[in-house]
Amino acid sequence: MDYTPHGREDIRQMFESLKISSVKDLYSNIPEKIRIRSYGIAEGISEPELRGVLEKFAGMNSSVKNLKSYIGGGAYEHFIPAVIDDICSKPEFYTAYTPYQAEASQGILQSIYEYQSMICELTGTDVSNASLYDGATAAAEAVLISIDKYDEGTVAISSAVNPMYRKVIETYLKSSHCNIEIVEHTEGITDVSRIERQISGKLISFISQSPNFFGCVEDVKALSDYVHDKKALSIVIANPLSLGILEAPGRNGADIVVGEGQPLGIPLCFGGPYLGFMGVKKELMRRLPGRIIGRTLDKDGKKGFVMTLQAREQHIRREKATSNICSNQALMALRAAVYMVYMGKEGMKEVGALNICNSHYLAEGVEKTGKAVLKFKKPFFNEFVIEFKKDAEEVFKIFEKENILPGAQVKEAGRNSILCCVTETKNKNDMDEYIEIVRKL
Amino acid sequence: MKNNTSLIFEKSVKGRKAFSLPGPVAKGKKPADYIPAGFLRSSLEFPEISELDIVRHYTNLASKNFSVDGNFYPLGSCTMKYNPKINERICAYEGFKDVHPLFPCKKVQGYMSLLKEMEKLLCMITGMDEFCLHPSAGAHGELLGLMLIRAFHDKQGNRRKKIIVPDSSHGTNPSSAAMAGYRIASIKSDRDGQIDLNELRNALDDEVAALMMTNPNTLGLFEDKILEIAGMVHEKGALLYYDGANLNPLLGLCRPGDMGFDVVHLNLHKTFSTPHGGGGPGSGPVGVKKKLEPFLPVPVIRREGDILTFDFNCPDSIGMIKAFWGNTGVILKAFAYITALGDEGLKKTGETSVLNANYLRKKLEEHYNIPFNKACMHEFVISVKDLASKGVHAIDIAKALIDRGIHPPTVYFPLIVEESIMVEPTETESKSTLDSFIDEMVQIRKEAEQDPGSLKNAPVNMSVKRLDEFKAARFPDVRYKAGKNNI
Repeated sequence: MDYTPHGREDIRQMFESLKISSVKDLYSNIPEKIRIRSYGIAEGISEPELRGVLEKFAGMNSSVKNLKSYIGGGAYEHFIPAVIDDICSKPEFYTAYTPYQAEASQGILQSIYEYQSMICELTGTDVSNASLYDGATAAAEAVLISIDKYDEGTVAISSAVNPMYRKVIETYLKSSHCNIEIVEHTEGITDVSRIERQISGKLISFISQSPNFFGCVEDVKALSDYVHDKKALSIVIANPLSLGILEAPGRNGADIVVGEGQPLGIPLCFGGPYLGFMGVKKELMRRLPGRIIGRTLDKDGKKGFVMTLQAREQHIRREKATSNICSNQALMALRAAVYMVYMGKEGMKEVGALNICNSHYLAEGVEKTGKAVLKFKKPFFNEFVIEFKKDAEEVFKIFEKENILPGAQVKEAGRNSILCCVTETKNKNDMDEYIEIVRKL
Repeated sequence: MKNNTSLIFEKSVKGRKAFSLPGPVAKGKKPADYIPAGFLRSSLEFPEISELDIVRHYTNLASKNFSVDGNFYPLGSCTMKYNPKINERICAYEGFKDVHPLFPCKKVQGYMSLLKEMEKLLCMITGMDEFCLHPSAGAHGELLGLMLIRAFHDKQGNRRKKIIVPDSSHGTNPSSAAMAGYRIASIKSDRDGQIDLNELRNALDDEVAALMMTNPNTLGLFEDKILEIAGMVHEKGALLYYDGANLNPLLGLCRPGDMGFDVVHLNLHKTFSTPHGGGGPGSGPVGVKKKLEPFLPVPVIRREGDILTFDFNCPDSIGMIKAFWGNTGVILKAFAYITALGDEGLKKTGETSVLNANYLRKKLEEHYNIPFNKACMHEFVISVKDLASKGVHAIDIAKALIDRGIHPPTVYFPLIVEESIMVEPTETESKSTLDSFIDEMVQIRKEAEQDPGSLKNAPVNMSVKRLDEFKAARFPDVRYKAGKNNI
């Protein structure tokens, strides 16, 4: 199968116009030496056969629909309203390109302007870009902003930041002149006094996460106040779904708020495509990476939307651009926008409250069994670390028999500990079953 | 009533809602019982709207957008081909969509084997030895490729500081190189629009880490001295980087690996038919020759006994470049595309993209100036410099096309052609569509000569007329804020 349209007569006419007898006549300047006969890959197949092949691959995967998963760790199972799939499968959105031609792209441009507005409101920042690849690269780009601003110094990261994010930041910084210091957490929370003790050189940015990798809510205000004392930037990685109920980091002093937008209506899909969001304070606007949509007027004075502040971007500035990003995650930003509009003012609060109440129900129930404890006694959102008295491997096996994945095995959590996540997708029966299994350990 | 697309915030009415959620598990408990009051949010100004009004809002917005499904979209260097519907359906299978990336490997062998298979297919299509599927887009792939080049030279104990790019290159090339810590040396193209070997020879010194190239280049021309170029670059101990944005015409014909390229990135959202989503998500896998394999990002998929697993333990790896393992939802659409087309289908795709571009070029050469007018690959570049005396510019032609229901070609790129219009029809467009485009272009040319003023006003058929970009940048209004009159 292929998707070329020409019939025999089309080709005859086109050949005649070009005065050729074969497409090969157009290849005369391609060295014979490098031409190939075939790739040696399989022959093509029809659409019904293709379905069969891909169904087989899909059938070899477990999904959150056929086993009960309490795994989070950077990607989260949430309820996805049907309107999102419907709206985002409109071909006018998903088969369009980057809105370089504004007059033919007002739909996508306005939707992203609205997305930016909601990200600003949610995070408590002044300016948002149109999206980045994912939460981890957004965190790395945030650190690059601090390097752009201060040139060199120390970038400090809390050890309670998702280890994958830390790795990505390290990779992005390899060619910079800055050194990275990891500040160990105390009892699941970033400890300001440790930053003070540990960092000797000039601090240019401090990166924390709230709720952090262990699920605990950080004191963003205390952290940001300290960082500002040192004349550095406070970068906070946040779970956007938590911000319906938890205070916006920007209102607590964060200069840059980034994170993974996946919880806002984006399917798990084995890790991508997701959505990196970034909101910053006004004074950092011209250092933002990636596209920004702005509102302006047309010739007749009518409101409309364009890509703006493009003097920061690679297609204009080339090697002097603030980032090399070109394609972003626009369709995922649209999903997030529709999610935020659908949940609205009350829904964002309610879904946040459900996550807090459900996760605490399970945590309390597990602790009451006496077979496990909560490792960190700190306020948490929808994740928490459970430390079992039994060997964690064995615990996993017991849960697996019931078709349950009780959490993520993460070495950062310590021995016999798992990172457990509870969202609005779990009901009382699910959690009582979980607690019962722990009781019987 | 018609097409009310005021901002979603302006449609908000207190007390309206769309969402529905189950009740709490433990009755009577509230967040304040668990979270200190100081951590709880004081207010959130989000819109309040009913479900139908949300649907109508976005349906109206959609109607203001051009798309491949609705319009001819000959956007040069962007390969706006048809996005097969079956691939969208496949992506929605529960066994793909609802899979958590941290599930134990044994529970996701379908994904693991599909990704492994995809790596192999891309190796066969490009002639490379290993592939990494992690990068989220073309520019992300470039950044990874340059990090690999850096790690390679570092390991050899010779850091090298420069990357050479031709002046016709995509903006992301120099920008990615700068982000990877390199200085840029730009070289001029020769009279045929290709890399000038003398320029290259002069620029190639011991400080050069790599030459970045697009082949066919951004003029749509095949760099026919490629084997000589590869020889020159390798002789100096530098590496050759392939920007895969223009791979489409080479499908089934020749492979970057055989031309001497050491690192390749592909754009699955161009060559392999995955939709552009209004700007993303894409996917930019990177292929390398064996000598660069040790530096690939973690995790790497390996066979361990009966199953495929993720290996994080690679001592020379540059690390991770994103959370998790790639835009898998995009990768699987491209996998479906390659599987459906197979060897013959891919070849026919490449050939037809070349045929379509040359047909347009031939038909338009009588009406427009084509500075490098010879057999092209998937695209060609028109210059309307000759219309400047009438006050007509490339942007005016672009806007006139919008009024005629056609998405304009890329304008003002590549930078080496003045008043450029870069046309890439792709293989999925029928002859009838190409003929209509030709007719419109011929008419616009006539209008430009006889009544240039009318083109300056275009577009007039869209929801807005030409927008003031200067004002947008000078007085940025980049977010809505209640009660604040932004404009």
